[in-house]
Amino acid sequence: MSEPMEKIRVENLNFYYGDKPALEGISVPIQERQITALIGPSGCGKSTFLRCLNRMNDTIRGTRVEGHVLLDGVDIYARGTNVVDLRKRVGMVFQRPNPFPQTILDNVSFGPRMLGLAKNRKDVADIVEESLRGAALWDEVKDILKKDALSLSLGQQQRLCIARAIAVKPEVILMDEPCSALDPIATLQIEELMQSLRKDYTIVIVTHNMQQAARASNYTGFFWMGKLVEFAPTEAIFTRPSQRLTEEYVTGRAG
Amino acid sequence: MINRMGMQKAGFVLLGATTLVVVIPILLVIGYIIYEGMEALSWQFIRAAPFDGMKQGGIFPAIVGTLLLTLGTALVAIPIGVGGTVYLAEYARDTWLTRCIRLAIINLAGIPSIVYGLFGLGMFVLFLKMGTSIMAGALTLAIMTLPVIISTAEEALRAVPTEFRTVSASLGGTRWQGIRYIILPQALPGIITGIILGLLRAAGETAPILFTVAAFFLPHLPQSPFDQTMALPYHLYVISTQVPGMPDSIKYGTALVLLALVLSMNIAASIIRSYFRRRRQW
Repeated sequence: MSEPMEKIRVENLNFYYGDKPALEGISVPIQERQITALIGPSGCGKSTFLRCLNRMNDTIRGTRVEGHVLLDGVDIYARGTNVVDLRKRVGMVFQRPNPFPQTILDNVSFGPRMLGLAKNRKDVADIVEESLRGAALWDEVKDILKKDALSLSLGQQQRLCIARAIAVKPEVILMDEPCSALDPIATLQIEELMQSLRKDYTIVIVTHNMQQAARASNYTGFFWMGKLVEFAPTEAIFTRPSQRLTEEYVTGRAG
Repeated sequence: MINRMGMQKAGFVLLGATTLVVVIPILLVIGYIIYEGMEALSWQFIRAAPFDGMKQGGIFPAIVGTLLLTLGTALVAIPIGVGGTVYLAEYARDTWLTRCIRLAIINLAGIPSIVYGLFGLGMFVLFLKMGTSIMAGALTLAIMTLPVIISTAEEALRAVPTEFRTVSASLGGTRWQGIRYIILPQALPGIITGIILGLLRAAGETAPILFTVAAFFLPHLPQSPFDQTMALPYHLYVISTQVPGMPDSIKYGTALVLLALVLSMNIAASIIRSYFRRRRQW
């Protein structure tokens, strides 16, 4: 098997809320069609970092970014970048399942309809089925597509949000603690789903749960107080970390 | 000794009584108007023009006039009101200027309607040379209606969770696409409520149309937006105060028609609203 390609390359990224630095000197490669997990204690900057990758932080006033984030070699912070197109390529799944209070069908077709990706009803139906299959939800909801999305269980709602995200055919999916509101079984389902999504998408996941990072990811980055302490293949991080702080954190002695 | 259950019962009775105090006058007003007005109601009363010093015939021109004025008000106030609200709530940043605008809108809602009437006279009738006309009256009513529409609709837009905007942005939607595909549809019931509240107020007002459009007696229907017209509230005012010997039944009949018109608009609005609300819950 050939070496995976680099999908995203972050170079010397600094991020400020006002004058307060939240991220300092982050450099990291994100490999294509791999799962990269970001771990670290609350407030360490891992979610902020994630939101730098699709420029969702732009919407927060008083923030500032320095450095480069190269997506397929092109700096997304370069002047003239079309942020809207960027976010179509780099999708996002949020901490709390947040389907719209509409039908399951309308939720999945929302992005394609909004962006004009579907020309007719058949296109919509195809995209909806493909996306729901991709999110491992099709068999559970194929007969109730017209039902309210909020009538689903939380785990199903989160998979629905994943279906909604992949319906616009992104290249990268950012997941911001996607399982923190879910029970262990729903969590496992999402983790299995991530393994099948990996065939088509580059995944970056922020997680509080170290077992989840250990189980589900290929690479792991450990954040501590706004700095990336260590980044390595997941196995190495959890079995032979090179930094003392990483070892203390993954063994539960720090953090 | 009064125990907790006693207090609970007392509270229940007291609060229930205040509700009754609110409801009873409304029922009395409606009941009284129906009782006194039914006698005058007939097909002829609704379909015919008045004659014999308005003591005979019907109030058809006034009904049509009120409908036309409300329609004209809607045509002006809805696009401007909704457009302005979307800008204020979704695009405008929170600066001292937008704060001033909001404050102005809230204050505009509190201005007595006679002041709008005088403004309409000065602005539309005289300065813009529209004369006393449906155009001038509808514009005056629209200006009076706008603050109601804007403040209610802005409330409705702000009630849509921020998360929905974030999600549509994360899917690659522009801000406008987010507004168009999720924010507006979610806020629609509230916006419709605001529109209806505003239009109902416009339909029932006398003062703003007093100098700008209303005709004392005009048995034929208006032919263009620059014609005068009769209107129900003003007609009611006229026959109640300016025409000696007017039978009570005609006054109450007119009031009943106005009431029925306003209530049926209200009911229609509730039906539209509940249709849109069925699909929404957060």
